[in-house]
Amino acid sequence: MNKIAKLFVTFISAITLALVSFTSSFAKVEGEYIVLGSAISLTGKYSSNGVHTQNGYNMAVDRINKMGGVEVQGKKYKFEIIYYDDESNPKRAAQLAERLIKQDGVHYMLGPYSSGLTKAIAPVTEKYKIPMVEANGASRSLFTKGYKYLFAVLSPANQYLEVAIDLAVEKNGGKGVKIAQAFEQDAFSQDVRLGILDAAKRTGSEIIIDDKLPKELNDMAATLAKVKAVKPDVLVVSGHTKGALTAIRQISEMKVDVPMLAMTHCDAAKLSKQHGKKSEFALCASQWHKNLSYKDKFFGSGKKYAKDFQKEFGYDPPYQSAESSAALLVFKDAFERANSFDRDAVRDALVDTEMQTFYGNIKFGPGGQNVAKPMILFQVRCKGDDCENRVVAPTKWASDKFYHPIPKWSERS
Amino acid sequence: MDFLIFKAPMLMVQASLDGILLGILFALIAYGMALQWGVMNIINIAQGDLVILGGYIAYTIYLWGIHPAWGVIISPIIMFFVGWGLYKLVINKVVDRDLFISILATFGIAIVFQQLMNFIFGADVVVAQSEYGTTMLFDNSVTLPNSKIFSAFISVLYAIALVIYMRKSKLGRAIRATAQNARAAKILGVDTEKVYAATFGINAALCGIAGALISITLTLHPYVGLSYTVRSFMIVIVAGLGNLPAVAVSGMGLGLFEEFADYILGTEFRIGAVFMLLVLILVYRRFKLSKKREYLK
Repeated sequence: MNKIAKLFVTFISAITLALVSFTSSFAKVEGEYIVLGSAISLTGKYSSNGVHTQNGYNMAVDRINKMGGVEVQGKKYKFEIIYYDDESNPKRAAQLAERLIKQDGVHYMLGPYSSGLTKAIAPVTEKYKIPMVEANGASRSLFTKGYKYLFAVLSPANQYLEVAIDLAVEKNGGKGVKIAQAFEQDAFSQDVRLGILDAAKRTGSEIIIDDKLPKELNDMAATLAKVKAVKPDVLVVSGHTKGALTAIRQISEMKVDVPMLAMTHCDAAKLSKQHGKKSEFALCASQWHKNLSYKDKFFGSGKKYAKDFQKEFGYDPPYQSAESSAALLVFKDAFERANSFDRDAVRDALVDTEMQTFYGNIKFGPGGQNVAKPMILFQVRCKGDDCENRVVAPTKWASDKFYHPIPKWSERS
Repeated sequence: MDFLIFKAPMLMVQASLDGILLGILFALIAYGMALQWGVMNIINIAQGDLVILGGYIAYTIYLWGIHPAWGVIISPIIMFFVGWGLYKLVINKVVDRDLFISILATFGIAIVFQQLMNFIFGADVVVAQSEYGTTMLFDNSVTLPNSKIFSAFISVLYAIALVIYMRKSKLGRAIRATAQNARAAKILGVDTEKVYAATFGINAALCGIAGALISITLTLHPYVGLSYTVRSFMIVIVAGLGNLPAVAVSGMGLGLFEEFADYILGTEFRIGAVFMLLVLILVYRRFKLSKKREYLK
């Protein structure tokens, strides 16, 4: 090999090395694109909610890119997301997070779907100091581990149904109520349960049934028979979509009369569509509803978001999509305030986030959870066979009055 | 709190009836499992997934606007051919091999079925509405969904039909002969290959019926099949192979046991109690068996 060739090789290697060190000390920014990574459930048991999440992300990416993108140091950048399918499997999700960070060089992550998968990924992003804005992991334990790079735009799980207990107490003239509850044995539902325990303590309410449903179970007849026998003021059920559908089916079949029924996952379960009138009066916790009056310049209002989403994907956006879109707005805001692609600068900017989006106000607490947005409750109401979800609490956004108590089955047509 | 059942006697009635109605449905699934286990010596891990597939067939006709109860006729017909096809495709290659191979093969089938159902029907939990109403007993203190009564009735009906078919028909006799001694049956002119295929088909058809009943009494989801496999496995272990009355009693017993475990131990131990019972029964059997051996010595 002659001298010139040797020099040439050295030169090329030096440039390659320089490029490599440049990209790793700064962020994964390719040309005009800021590359984000996400492991997401496109197959497996979370696939429908995984797709809602992905649609939410994509919708926001398109919108932000179209409206000028992200401005950092005077230059405009666009968002791009690398997705991998985690097959709804926590182990796979953790591997993919590792792959996104180490092989694809991604330096900013978006969350997966569900608390369980977020729990699997968070230690990985934390290890590599990768800021992750997640929109679908609400479990309280995510926010008590002292993670520094995890930010959640949604309210933590323990807040889901606290409002419902407050509402029941209010209807009872401020006195404590008798609560019957049934929760699936998984991280999320058990966190919702902890919230109820706190609320019961705070309001002087008494928990008279406290059932924990095994994950495999799709029969609640025993719990409901107990409920019939002890006549509580409120029945609280949380067990993902299966729990919501099973509860309504068996409550209507066994004619269980309770003055108030509060649940989670009603919209994910398409409760009002699958069970129709049988689901009427059920009270459901939700992170978001299109009728709320929050606004931002990208999506306008919730109603506008819902309309655009419907046009793009052909169905009404569930809250899983809305919160996922909000995660991108948070990233954009943080990049622009940091005015840099340095991971720690972006992380610090995320800590200081305080903004309003169409989805709600966002401000992160010390554990990374969103502390600025309350949960909302809607109630299923029917006109003939047409049922829809109407917001009843908090009162600021209520479009309808909370119907209480639920009429007895013998009086319902 | 957990002893509420002893304070309210009506709960005892409710629990017993719920348990028995549920148990009859389990027994139907278990009977299919016992049948093909006895004839082909195959433990079918995909049993529960065949049940769920049967349920989705009923759910599909429900979406087309047909009453889901028709599923108990349509679903077994389709499932029979699914079972037959499955035999020709996979099971016939493992039927003479040891038990471990067949468990692996059916485990593979279970995974493929789950993913296929997830792909075709989506990952959402679904229910079909029968609108059968409710039967109230004892001044409304005991309520029985008519859909559960219907499902128990249909299960019993099919079980009786199957027993008669096994006794009287040519194929039924061939199946029983093959179960007793496959080689001898073959020498005497029974086409065992066909018998195996038919047995697997009949098992799948039974799963189809059970699935259709589950679609109107409980909920469907592509990944819940395993819990039905485990329950039917347990029933068969307790009842033994080829003994229909024992399967029925053991099925109802399991249903009752689950309900009472729920009231007395708490809902969280409901499924755990079933597994504990399984362990106890296996230990007891082993104990009895070891005694026998000593006696033989």
